[in-house]
Amino acid sequence: MAGLDEGTPLFGQVAERLAAEIADGGLAEGERVPSTNELAAFYRINPATAAKGINLLADDGLLEKRRGIGMFVADGARQRLLAQRREHFVERYVRPLLTEATRLGIDSGELIATITECGHEQFSDSRGGVAV
Amino acid sequence: MTSAISVAGLTRRYRDQVALDDVSVEIEAGSITGLLGRNGAGKTTLLRILAGQEFPSSGSVSVLGAPPAENEHVLRRMMFVREDQAYPDIRVGSALRAASWFYPNWDARLADSLTADFDLRPNKAIKRLSRGMRSALGIVIGLAARAEVTLFDEPYAGLDAVARQVFYDRLLADYAECPRTILLSTHLIDEAAALFESVVVIDRGRVVLEAAADSLRGVATTVSGPALAVDEFTAGRAVWDRRRLGSQASVVTVGQLDEASRARARSLGLDLVPLTLQQLVVHADGWPASPEAANLEGVGA
Repeated sequence: MAGLDEGTPLFGQVAERLAAEIADGGLAEGERVPSTNELAAFYRINPATAAKGINLLADDGLLEKRRGIGMFVADGARQRLLAQRREHFVERYVRPLLTEATRLGIDSGELIATITECGHEQFSDSRGGVAV
Repeated sequence: MTSAISVAGLTRRYRDQVALDDVSVEIEAGSITGLLGRNGAGKTTLLRILAGQEFPSSGSVSVLGAPPAENEHVLRRMMFVREDQAYPDIRVGSALRAASWFYPNWDARLADSLTADFDLRPNKAIKRLSRGMRSALGIVIGLAARAEVTLFDEPYAGLDAVARQVFYDRLLADYAECPRTILLSTHLIDEAAALFESVVVIDRGRVVLEAAADSLRGVATTVSGPALAVDEFTAGRAVWDRRRLGSQASVVTVGQLDEASRARARSLGLDLVPLTLQQLVVHADGWPASPEAANLEGVGA
């Protein structure tokens, strides 16, 4: 069980990892995704569990089966995944951030200032510049 | 589902003790199933009966469609690797050769690569092997036999964590290449949990849970944080265990938590930690008597 966590079904985690790889461009559209047995060996999980994870994405139309060769990333999969992630952005990241900020007594002005500052650091970093 | 193993109403008594009490269980053909429970729960007795090495007091057992006891046709198609298997006074290579004659699907190439993985030398006398190396030999024979039904009863006495990982990896790899029915009893539940497609939990001779392994993940959760918030969150939920220290509380709740409940827990400042399979088994004795049992049975269907 390489790097998977307790609590959520493993097949869901396998699907999520593959989806994240597609969204990040690590698996390009039209590219072959690892086989059930490859995933099972990599994550050290039961092959039936790995197959369930792949099928979850296939049922969603994100992967398509090519008979006798394997599963491939479907056209448009990346855009759809990115759109989904945008939808979940507020729920997953913004709300927990606000909850913790409230608990710590950080008001919205301070919060926005902090975000702006962090944003400057991160973006200048990612453009190869020197962090302030 | 097609069952490779069917057990119905199986009871096994020894004088004043009931080792298995009305056990009924189906093991799906071509799956890896974990047989879990505490020491003395009845796992070994069940496996010995499945392997035809012991007789039921009552009830019926069928392996590959027939009762296994004294049934050569079934016994040749199944493999039983027991904890601390005893061997005659021969060398490793001779034991492997003898096994290759008995098991029709024996894979000599697999046996060679496994003996190399475990550093077993063919010309070494078995009685000179360490306990762990004897376990490794059992594992090599158990896998290389490629029997249609393979029973492993705590097969890794004396094997260290690295060697056990070799066992799990090779088991998965060979199962992927040659799917077959594998029943593995273990008390090292967490490290083996991800191998299983389904699990059977035995407690004091009774089957208390039969479920798809993946469906058990997140079925129970430890909720901890300020006692008031914990009480508010767990009100109306099935609870297994409740602990309190000062103003902090820690409660085990049963039942999957949906996304809304998780968000609510976060906003209450609570920590949610799912129970591992091992911890679930620890709570096994609470299952049959508690109302949550029904809840869990639904999970297995």
